[in-house]
Amino acid sequence: MKNGPITTELRLPTQLGFEKVAMSTAASVAELMGFSPDRIEDLKTAVAESCINAIEHGNKLNEELSVVVTLTMGVEALEVCVRDHGPGVHREVHAPDIDRKMLGEEDARGMGLFLIQALVDEVEYVSEQAGSYARLVIRLRAEGAAEGA
Amino acid sequence: MVTPTKTKVEQNGDVAVMRFEGDITSASEEAVLGQYHKLPDKTAKVLLDFGKVPYLNSSGIALVIQLMMAASKSSRKVACFGLSAHFVKVFTMLGLAKYTTINDSETNARSAVA
Repeated sequence: MKNGPITTELRLPTQLGFEKVAMSTAASVAELMGFSPDRIEDLKTAVAESCINAIEHGNKLNEELSVVVTLTMGVEALEVCVRDHGPGVHREVHAPDIDRKMLGEEDARGMGLFLIQALVDEVEYVSEQAGSYARLVIRLRAEGAAEGA
Repeated sequence: MVTPTKTKVEQNGDVAVMRFEGDITSASEEAVLGQYHKLPDKTAKVLLDFGKVPYLNSSGIALVIQLMMAASKSSRKVACFGLSAHFVKVFTMLGLAKYTTINDSETNARSAVA
């Protein structure tokens, strides 16, 4: 990466299932960067959940719209931006309460945002004039990990 | 794009093993909940085999939670096996381990509900 960050961009149709294309691409990029297999699994789930969120809630399953995924390879981290045409995420992300779910007091779904937050190092949701994006950062080495660990 | 889920159910006495094959997503309701609701009344123990599930997302996990809710209402025990290390971590993070056992083999899953 002598010439700065390398970017890969994908334009996905707004159809459930295409999150797997982003997931596979992110995994390939992360593998090229030298991520460990367990970090790649974390990334795959986080990218898939971000894309599902963009398809279902951002673009509201409107097949005329696209979801754009940008993967930027840095020296120490991979940044993934998932753009859709929705207003973005404007709420706090809470850990799911399994007891409440089991009692039917909380929707059995609604775990995607929590998983994204739990599996990557940084997440932010940014709203723009025409749409919004989720920005995920996953570092090559977990913060606090010893060099060479 | 999504590999459809197939569910093979093996019933032996009061033990049912639901062997899933393919992706488990929001499109898997019939394969997960539909097949669960077809289990005979005598079923007291349900083993969920995820060994041939390459992709499981949060909507798919929600179906597993709904299955566990239904099992809990019928006082049925549920045990999982065949999950990858990553999905063992995800199930644990989401708290599912409180309501099901997560096992590294079918043998251990059977022991867990015995």
